[in-house]
Amino acid sequence: MGTLILQDGSVIKGESKGAIGGYEGEIVFNTSMAGYQEILTDPSYAKQIVVMTYPEIGNYGINDFDFESKKPQMLGMIAKDFCNQESHYLSQKNISEYFKENNIIALDNIDTRSLVEKIREAGTMSAFITSNDVDEEFIKEKIKKIQNFKTLPTLLDEVTCDKSYEYNKEGTINMAFMDYGAKEGIIESLAKRGCKITVYPASTTANEILSSNYDAVFLSNGPGDPADYRFQIEEVKKMMGQIPIFGICLGYQLLALAAGAVTYKLKYGHRGANHPVINLENNKVMITSQNHGYAVDIKELPKIIRPTYKNLNDNTLEGFEIEGMKVYAVQFHPEAKPGPNDASIIFDEWINILNKKTNRINEVRNEK
Amino acid sequence: MKNKSLKKILVIGSGPIVIGQAAEFDYAGVQACRALSEENIEVVLVNSNPATIMTDEQIASKVYIEPLTVECLREVIKKERPQGLIATLGGQTALNLACELDKAGVLEEFNVKILGTDINSIRQAEDRELFKKLMQDIGEPIPESEIVSSYEEALKFSERIGFPIIIRPAFTLGGSGGGIARNKEEYEQIVYTGLSQSPINQVLVEKSIAGFKEIEYEVLRDANDTCIIICNMENIDPIGIHTGDSFVVAPSQTLTNNEFQMLRSSAIKIIRALKIEGGCNVQFALDTKSNQYYVIEVNPRVSRSSALASKATGYPIAKMSTKIAIGYNLSEIKNSITGTTAAFEPALDYVVVKIPKWPFDKFSTGDRILGTKMKATGEIMAIGRTFNSAFKKAVASLEERYLGLLHRGFDKLKNEELLKELYIQDDRRIFRLAQAINNGIEIDELCKITKIDKWFVAKIKEIVEIENLLINSKLDKELYIKAKEMGFLDEEISRFSSTPEHILKEYNVDASFKIVDTCAAEFSAKTPYFYSTYNEECELKKYKDESKENIVVLGSGPIRIGQGIEFDYCSVHAALEIRNQGYESVMINSNPETLSTDFDIATRLYFEPMNIENVMNIIKKENPKGVLVQFGGQTAINLAEKLDELGIKILGTSLKSINATEDRKVFEKLLKELNIAQPKGVAVTNATQALNAVKELGYPVLVRPSYVIGGRGMQVVYNDDELLTYINEAFKFSNEHPVLIDQYLEGQEVELDAISDGRDILIPGICEHIERAGVHSGDSMSIYPSQNISRKNEKILVKYATQIARKLNIKGLMNIQFIIKDDKVYVIEVNPRASRTVPIMSKVTGIPMVKIAIRAILGKSIRRSGYGVGLYKKSNLVSVKMPVFSWQKLNRIDPALAPEMKSTGEVLGIDKTYKKALYKAFLAGGYKFSNSKQRVLVSLNDHCKQQALPMVKKLFKQGFFIMATWGTHKFLEKNGIPSKMIEKFMIDKLQKRMKNGRLSFIINTPTTGKNSQNAGFQIRTIAQIYGVPSFTSIDTANAFLKAYRVYDKSPHLDYDTITNYRKKKLMDIFK
Repeated sequence: MGTLILQDGSVIKGESKGAIGGYEGEIVFNTSMAGYQEILTDPSYAKQIVVMTYPEIGNYGINDFDFESKKPQMLGMIAKDFCNQESHYLSQKNISEYFKENNIIALDNIDTRSLVEKIREAGTMSAFITSNDVDEEFIKEKIKKIQNFKTLPTLLDEVTCDKSYEYNKEGTINMAFMDYGAKEGIIESLAKRGCKITVYPASTTANEILSSNYDAVFLSNGPGDPADYRFQIEEVKKMMGQIPIFGICLGYQLLALAAGAVTYKLKYGHRGANHPVINLENNKVMITSQNHGYAVDIKELPKIIRPTYKNLNDNTLEGFEIEGMKVYAVQFHPEAKPGPNDASIIFDEWINILNKKTNRINEVRNEK
Repeated sequence: MKNKSLKKILVIGSGPIVIGQAAEFDYAGVQACRALSEENIEVVLVNSNPATIMTDEQIASKVYIEPLTVECLREVIKKERPQGLIATLGGQTALNLACELDKAGVLEEFNVKILGTDINSIRQAEDRELFKKLMQDIGEPIPESEIVSSYEEALKFSERIGFPIIIRPAFTLGGSGGGIARNKEEYEQIVYTGLSQSPINQVLVEKSIAGFKEIEYEVLRDANDTCIIICNMENIDPIGIHTGDSFVVAPSQTLTNNEFQMLRSSAIKIIRALKIEGGCNVQFALDTKSNQYYVIEVNPRVSRSSALASKATGYPIAKMSTKIAIGYNLSEIKNSITGTTAAFEPALDYVVVKIPKWPFDKFSTGDRILGTKMKATGEIMAIGRTFNSAFKKAVASLEERYLGLLHRGFDKLKNEELLKELYIQDDRRIFRLAQAINNGIEIDELCKITKIDKWFVAKIKEIVEIENLLINSKLDKELYIKAKEMGFLDEEISRFSSTPEHILKEYNVDASFKIVDTCAAEFSAKTPYFYSTYNEECELKKYKDESKENIVVLGSGPIRIGQGIEFDYCSVHAALEIRNQGYESVMINSNPETLSTDFDIATRLYFEPMNIENVMNIIKKENPKGVLVQFGGQTAINLAEKLDELGIKILGTSLKSINATEDRKVFEKLLKELNIAQPKGVAVTNATQALNAVKELGYPVLVRPSYVIGGRGMQVVYNDDELLTYINEAFKFSNEHPVLIDQYLEGQEVELDAISDGRDILIPGICEHIERAGVHSGDSMSIYPSQNISRKNEKILVKYATQIARKLNIKGLMNIQFIIKDDKVYVIEVNPRASRTVPIMSKVTGIPMVKIAIRAILGKSIRRSGYGVGLYKKSNLVSVKMPVFSWQKLNRIDPALAPEMKSTGEVLGIDKTYKKALYKAFLAGGYKFSNSKQRVLVSLNDHCKQQALPMVKKLFKQGFFIMATWGTHKFLEKNGIPSKMIEKFMIDKLQKRMKNGRLSFIINTPTTGKNSQNAGFQIRTIAQIYGVPSFTSIDTANAFLKAYRVYDKSPHLDYDTITNYRKKKLMDIFK
C-alpha cells in the first residue's frame, strides 16, 4: 500500500506498482487517453507527479520506439489501473517493470477522478508520494513540510544534455538547438524536414551560438517556472534580432519574457492531447498536445509581440510572432508525442521561412 | 457564421425501425430539429415512422407522417418550399432519398440546397468505385478489391485473389446482402444476393483481412476545415464481424499513441478530401503485427456509431452536425455539458463497452453466425471506471437469465469440444471464451483461435478469476469490494460464495456515482450524466437539489422485437412531463441509441443496467417520491415486484393490479365478476389432459407454454395431430410447467389504449386489426378509427374498459385487446401499462397521452384534462399501421405471421379515406405497385382454402397471373379460377423467377410446425432473400389487393401534415 499526501492535507492510499521510495514534488494531471510512454519520458515533467485521468494505463506495454528522452524525469505516476497483462507486438516490458527500473513511484487503485477534481479546484499542489504505507505521525510531519514546494532555477541543469552534439548531419538547414529538457519528438520533427541540428546544453551563451554560422536557433520545451531562468532569458534576449529564433513551450515562454512579456502560473495547467487552439489569422482550430503550467499573460503583451494562436478553452495565449526579429513561438507541442498531429504544419511553416531565407541568400550569392 | 437566409429546412427521417437502422436516428433527428428550432428555423419533417419522438408536433413545425418516397418528398418540397435539406441525419434511407431527389432534378427544380455534407461528397463516399479512386488519389490504403456488376466479373476477381473474400453491396443499410465467402459456392450465392439487393446492382468484392483489429473514428468537420475526433472505438471482435454485431469498447485500448494518431490523421485526411460538413464515421482495419492499416468504410452521415460515440463521450454529434449544416463553425458553438468550446476532443476518464442485443432468443431457428451482415436489433452500453467493470455491467445490461460470463451451458462441454466451438463466430463466442479461460486453456491459444487481442482475453480472465475466488475462498470485505469494483452483482456474489444477500449488505458498501462530463474533470460540468462505481467518491451531491422532489422513470433497455422505440417515446414524454409538473425527473436506461439517454431529457440520467440492484443503488441515493414502471415496457414492469418488496413506491397502477392482469386465475375471476366474456382456457400437463380439454373447447385452439424456453411460443392448432405434436415437443424435457390451451376465436381483433385516474377513463380511440385474431397485435395491420365496429359494440368496448379500469384502479395508461366474434365482445388481454400503440394514438388523435397519464398518476383528474372522458371524438383522418420486418438480415427465420411478434418496426399511412391510407401504408412499408401485372404464387393450407377463395378471385380479376402449388391449383380449378400449376419442389425455378423480378408477390398460408424442410418455409425464405413480399395471412393479401385497386384507379396521392389531416374536414367546410 502506497501513500499520496497533498499540500491541502489530503491523504490517499493506493497500491504501489513502481519503485520503492518517496519523493516530494508538484502534482499535476494529464488527460491524454493514449501515449503514457511519451508522457513518462517527457523531461518537462521533472519534479512532478502525474495523475493520468484515463483509467487504464500500460495496456500496450513499453516499446523501444516511443521514448521522448533517454531518462524519464517524472517522480511519480498515478492511475486508476496499471495494466498487469500488456499486449502489443512491439512491447518489451510491462509498465510496472519500467517504473521500477527508472525509479518512478507508481500508485494505482486510486480514485483519480476525485483527485483530479481536487487539483482542479485547489490548483496545482505540492505533494509527497511514497510506495510505503506511512503512519499518522509521518503524515502530519510531511504535510507541514510540503507546504511550499518550488522548483529551483537550477532545474534546467538536471534535464539538459551534458555537452553539445550533432543530429542528422546530412541536413541542409543549420539549426542550433537549445536543450532545456527537450523531447526527442521536436528534434526528429526538425531532422525530418531537413535540419542539421546541433544540440546545446541550457548553459550555452548567446555568443557561442551567434559566433557559429547557424541559419536559426531553436528553443526547446522544458520544466519549471520560466521566470526563474534569468540567465537563459538574458542569452535569448541577446540573440533576438540577430538570427531567426523558434520556440516551443518553455522556449516560447523564454522568448516572451525576453521580449518584455510577463508569465504567470496557471491554476492547474494544460496537460493533455485535446487542447483546441485557434489560429487568429484564419480562425481554423487545431487540436494540440500540451504540457505547461505557466502561461504568457495576454493582457500585458509588449507591442512588438503579435499573437498568432489562442487557447479556445480559456483564451490564454498559445503563440506569437515578432516579425521584425524573425521570432516565432508556440506554447503547445506541434511535435505531438503524444497527441494529434494537427499542428505539425507549424514545423513546415517555420522551415519554409528558413528555406525562403536560404534561397534568398543563395540567390544573392549567385548574383554576386 | 449562421447562414441567415435559411428560414425553412426539410429534415428527412429514417423510416421504420429495421435491423441496421434503429432508434439512433430518432435521437439524431430530434437533436437536429431542436437545434434548428433554437435558431428560429422552421422545420419540415417527413418520416413514415409514427413511433418516433421526432414526429411529435412540438418537435418540428410541420410533421408529415408520409411514405418516404421520391414522389411524396417532391410534393412536400413543392408545397413547403424549404431552402435547404438535411440528408445526413436520417440514416441510409434519407441519404439514398436525397441522392434520388437530386438525380430526379427535384432539388434543382425547387432550388433546395443540400445542407452540410453535399451530394457529391455523399456519392464519393458511398459509391465504391469513386471512393476507391479517391483513396488511391490521396494515398490512403484500402484492401484489394473490385467493383462488379455481374457474377462473371466477380469470378475473375476470386480467381486472382483467392478466398476468403468479403462481398459488400453498394447503397444498402447495415451491410444487408453482404457476407464473407470462404469458397466458390458461398461466393456465388452471396454475390447474387448482393447484386439483387443493391439498388444500383453493384457489389464490392474485397480481399478478406479478417483477423485485423477493427477501429472506428467519429469525426466532425466544419466548412472552415476544422476537424475534430469525437471518439475512437475498438471492436473487441476482429475484422469480419459487422461493427453493429461486435462487442465494442471506447476509447481504443490496445493502440499505442502512434497507432491512435496515425489512424486519426488518416480519418481527418479522408474527411477533408471528401469535404464532409458534419459528422462522419471512418472504419479502419489495423494489423496486429505491423503498422499496416486499411480504410474499410466511410459513412458520410451520423450513424449508429455516432450515437454510441455521443453517449460514450457526452458530445452531441447530431446537434453539432446540424449547427454546422446551417453555417456555424465549431469554434462558434458551445459544448452544452461544460459551457466551453465545442471545438475540442472529449477526454474520457472511464471505459465504455457496447454489446449488441440479438433476437435469437425469439427466433430459435435463426442462423446465429455473425458476419458482415448485421443481425442485432439493438444494443446496450455500460460505463465503468475500468474495462472490467464496464464489461461486466454491459453483460448484466443484456437482461438475460444469466448475469455473468460463465454457467451458460458451455461448462458441460469437454475441452476439445469447446476448443472446436471457439472457432464459431456467433453471438455466444465471448461466453465460450470465458468458459475456455475458466477451464484453464492458455490465453495465447485462445487469442490464436479467436483473434481477439490478448489484452481483452486477459481482462476477461481477471473477471473469471474473481468468480472462482468467490467460489473457492472465504468471502471477506476485501474480496467483496474487489468483486463489486469489477461489476459483480450481490445476487452473483451471494450465489458464488454461498452467502445470503443480507449478509453482504452488512459490509455496508454502497455504490457511488461518477459523471460523464466530456473532459475527464478538467472543467466543471453543468448537465452531466451518471454511472456507478465502487470504492470511490460519489459526485451526485453537487448535482442534486435536495429541496426538490424527484420521480424515477425506468426506461426500456435495448431495442428488441416486442420492445421497441415506442417505449422510449413514452419514457421520454414521462420524464419531460414530470419536470413540467415541478419535479426533478430521474431516467435510468442502458440503451445508447435512444433519446431517453440524451443528457437533456431528464433532470438526471443514469446509464446503468436495468437490474434490480443497479436500480436500487440509484433509488437509495435519489430517495424519490416514487418510481414509474409503466412506460418502460416489460423491462420496467419486470422490476415492479422486487421494488415493491423493497418498499419502494410504485407510482400509478399498483403492483397488485399489474399482477391481477398477469395471473391467469385472478384475471379470469375478475372478468367473471364484471360479467365480461373471455376465451375459455385450461392448463394441462400431459397429452391426455390436452385431448380432454380440447373436447370441451373445440378446435381450433391456441396453445402456448406457461413458461417460455428457447423461443417455443404460441401456436394455433386445428386438430389432434397438430395438438399432440406440439404437446409432445413441449413436454419432451420436462412437464414441470403446464401448457396453456385456449379457445381460438378467429374473429375481429380490436384494441384500445386508455388513460385512467382510477375513476374516469379517456379513450383516445379504438383500432381494429386487419388480420383476424391469431396474429400478434404488433405484427398486424391496424386501422384507426375502426371501420367495421357497430355503435353498439363500440359502447360495449368503452363500458368494459371503464369497468376494468375502475376495478383495477388503473392510474395511468392501459391497453386492452378484444375479439369480436359473432357480434360478441371478448376480452383477451389487459396490459396495465404503456403499449406499443401509444405514440400512434397520441398523434392521430392529438391527445398527449403520456402527459395526461403522468398528471393522472400525480393525482390530477382526467375530467379536467380538457379532453373529456370516455371515448374521444374520432379524428377526421384514417390511419393504417403497417408492421415492417427485417427478414433480409436474419437467415432461416420463417416470416409467417403468428401469435409471436416478429416485426422490428412500423409505418403509418394517413389520409382522408381508408382506401388511400391503406395504399399509403403499403407504399411506406416498401411495397411496390406496378402497371404491368406479374405472376403471383399462391399456396394455401387446407384450413383457409375456402376462406381465401374470394381473395383469389379478386387477384385474378385484377389481372395477376396466378401460379399455384398442386393442392391449391386443384382447388382453384374446381372453383373455376385458372392457374398454372407449379410443383413445390420446383424451388429452383421459383428462385430464378424471384431473382429476375418476374414474381410480384407470394400468398402462402403456412402449415403448422417449425420444420425448416417444409416447402412453404423454403419458398418464404427465398422470397425474403430477394425481397419478394410474401403474405401469410389472407387478410393482409386482401388488404394489399385493395390497395392495388386504389393504385390501379389512380396512383396519385396528396400529402399533408398530420395536424392538417386531423382538422381537414373542418377546413373543407370553409373552402
